Amino acid sequence: MAFSFNEAFGMHPQAISVRGKRMEIIASNLANADTPGYQARDLDFREVLRKEGGNLRTVRTHDRHLGHSETVPEAALKYRTPLQPSVDGNTVDPQFEQTSFADNAIRFQASLMFLDGRIRSLSDAITGGLR
Amino acid sequence: MSMFKIFDIAGSGMAAQTVRLNVTASNLANADMVSGSPETVYRPRQPVFETWMDTMQSDPAVAGVRVSGIAASHVEAQKHYEPGNPSADADGYVYRANVDSVQEMVNMMSAARSYQNNIEILNTTKELLLRTLNVGR
Repeated sequence: MAFSFNEAFGMHPQAISVRGKRMEIIASNLANADTPGYQARDLDFREVLRKEGGNLRTVRTHDRHLGHSETVPEAALKYRTPLQPSVDGNTVDPQFEQTSFADNAIRFQASLMFLDGRIRSLSDAITGGLR
Repeated sequence: MSMFKIFDIAGSGMAAQTVRLNVTASNLANADMVSGSPETVYRPRQPVFETWMDTMQSDPAVAGVRVSGIAASHVEAQKHYEPGNPSADADGYVYRANVDSVQEMVNMMSAARSYQNNIEILNTTKELLLRTLNVGR
């Protein structure tokens, strides 16, 4: 039976990578919460999925390439519409960013749990349940 | 993993907010400073924040923050007639630093909250990275 680790783990490794990327962007927003003129940005997860052809799978075009690149499509990176624009041109809403960060962290953990389950299943299959 | 950049980002935010707290402390400490001339009197300072992308090359969305300078206020010092004050000038006037204590306190609270936000980011990221290390164990 042909077997590929890429398929065994589904989209979760890539999902974790995109969630990690989104965490960086939200961290940037919060670090710049008091910077005049800073425009808050966010990653549109749906858009990333669409760009990646719905399966978020990266393709290695050369045997000597390592892993996948962590760049996200520019179109998925959007500016936030400010809920309460401030006089200095800053569009960061710290409360909103914090809830987005918490939401993203939980989804990150969910993907981690799925991945963990898959790895355990594989490990059980290899060892026959004996560890 | 690129999530390690979050430590730099949150760290830069904490450093910038610390500068802001320092400046606020200086302003409050000098709130009652008195001088005999308007040139030597203390002028309230404010840090100027700017987005910083140097170390986060090639990624426009990932940006830290830094203090690009400390700007001294242009507001005139308060002039008071106090001939009995040892620092008074020849005409009996002293100049007081124009520090708005209420504004400084508000600034301090805002800086402290922003600092806490960055710590929150740091803790969550650290926890997630540690969990990632334990995947499949």
